[in-house]
Amino acid sequence: MTTIVVGGGIVGLSLAYGLLVQGRKVIVLDGTDEDFRASRGNFGLIWVQGKGFNCPPYANWSRQAATLWPDYASDLQKQTGIDLALSQKGGVSYYTNEADLAGQISKLESLRSAVGGDYPFEMLDHAALKRLVPEIGPKVIGGIYSPMDGHVNPLFLLRALSLAVRQMGGDVRTGNSVIDVKAADHDFTAVLANGDHVTGDALVLSAGLGALELGGKLGFTTPIRPQQGQVLITEKLPHFMNYASATLRQVNEGGVQIGASEAEIGFDDAEDMATIAGLARHAVDVFPHLARVKLVRSWAALRIMSPDGLPIYQHSPSYQGASFVTCHSGITLSTVHARLLPDWLAKEKTAVDLTPFSERRFDV
Amino acid sequence: MFRPLETSNSSAITFTFDNQPVTAIEGMTVAAALLASGYKSLRETPVSGQARGPFCMMGACFDCLVLIDDETVQACMVQVRSGLQVSRVPRMNKAGDRL
Repeated sequence: MTTIVVGGGIVGLSLAYGLLVQGRKVIVLDGTDEDFRASRGNFGLIWVQGKGFNCPPYANWSRQAATLWPDYASDLQKQTGIDLALSQKGGVSYYTNEADLAGQISKLESLRSAVGGDYPFEMLDHAALKRLVPEIGPKVIGGIYSPMDGHVNPLFLLRALSLAVRQMGGDVRTGNSVIDVKAADHDFTAVLANGDHVTGDALVLSAGLGALELGGKLGFTTPIRPQQGQVLITEKLPHFMNYASATLRQVNEGGVQIGASEAEIGFDDAEDMATIAGLARHAVDVFPHLARVKLVRSWAALRIMSPDGLPIYQHSPSYQGASFVTCHSGITLSTVHARLLPDWLAKEKTAVDLTPFSERRFDV
Repeated sequence: MFRPLETSNSSAITFTFDNQPVTAIEGMTVAAALLASGYKSLRETPVSGQARGPFCMMGACFDCLVLIDDETVQACMVQVRSGLQVSRVPRMNKAGDRL
């Protein structure tokens, strides 16, 4: 009764943690530092507003995930002693263009109706936003506040999950890529680069972009691609930012993290000066005092994107016991992955319905 | 206490740290010169106010920040020169104004 989790990032470890809570035996197979590791390069948002405009179930799924966060972070802290620096005071989106703001508000209003009305957000003009966030500059014409949003330290989350899985008896193998998978119903063998064979009666493919190489062997189409995002961080500043935004957040150690670009350039995780300058300009447009602040680091990472940007949850059509889980919002969704996906993996009758997120939605 | 491992043929120069004269050997970094002169803490962190000083000496940790020419820079990445004016990084308030 062992589940093989292929992929030791936030998604794989969240699943492993959830499976261990349910009493399953788990072996997590993590790759090497040469792999693309979204879990080490992401922005750390727990974000709801604006997700799922064309798919209300995704809006609900994200909202449910955010709602579970306080209890989840508390459980992980009890287990590991690690404070995840969770902050859910709400999120603010800043706008420098009236038409963009009006367009977003109209889309959010439609989504609010589509999910039954319980979807709090508020449009703020410059003056109202300045009362909430006094540091904004004159180019900010207004914004949107939503109490649904927040952020967390994603590296602390990764460490806490990694520690929790080990403490609860999970077997985590690092530094070894899975180079092959042999599959039959409820009988899986993962072959590691060092020649080791790992067997289990269930398997979850949660290897981020690494799933592209293994998916076909398990009956998945894995319609995912890399999308590059670049991120900057400033020197540490006194705490001034109470609310995260999709592009700016002050991390618990004091640095302001600035993100994130979106580039369709394949498996390329190198930064470039034009993108960095653009991100910095946006940050200074919102908070002019950041012009006097030093950037200390920049980096790029690759998002795992499906054709519609939504997660994929898919049971293998070929082999009983194999499932594919991937998303680009592994931080936000860590809670539901740990708490709700174990039942879905086991195809329990009471499991959450994830058919809106199957690979089949991309079938022509 | 920090001291040079070998005697240098380079000449001694003087720069200032918070307006106090500091003697150093040409070619030293500001961080090395300040450590050799007995300064361990160069600043306080903006978040907790704890003391910080040079740690990695190779540009990675950003703990040795000082103010030179009105810019916050890493003391371990700048070489001393005669007459250089170095000072502690001023504390900032939430709006980024120096206190």
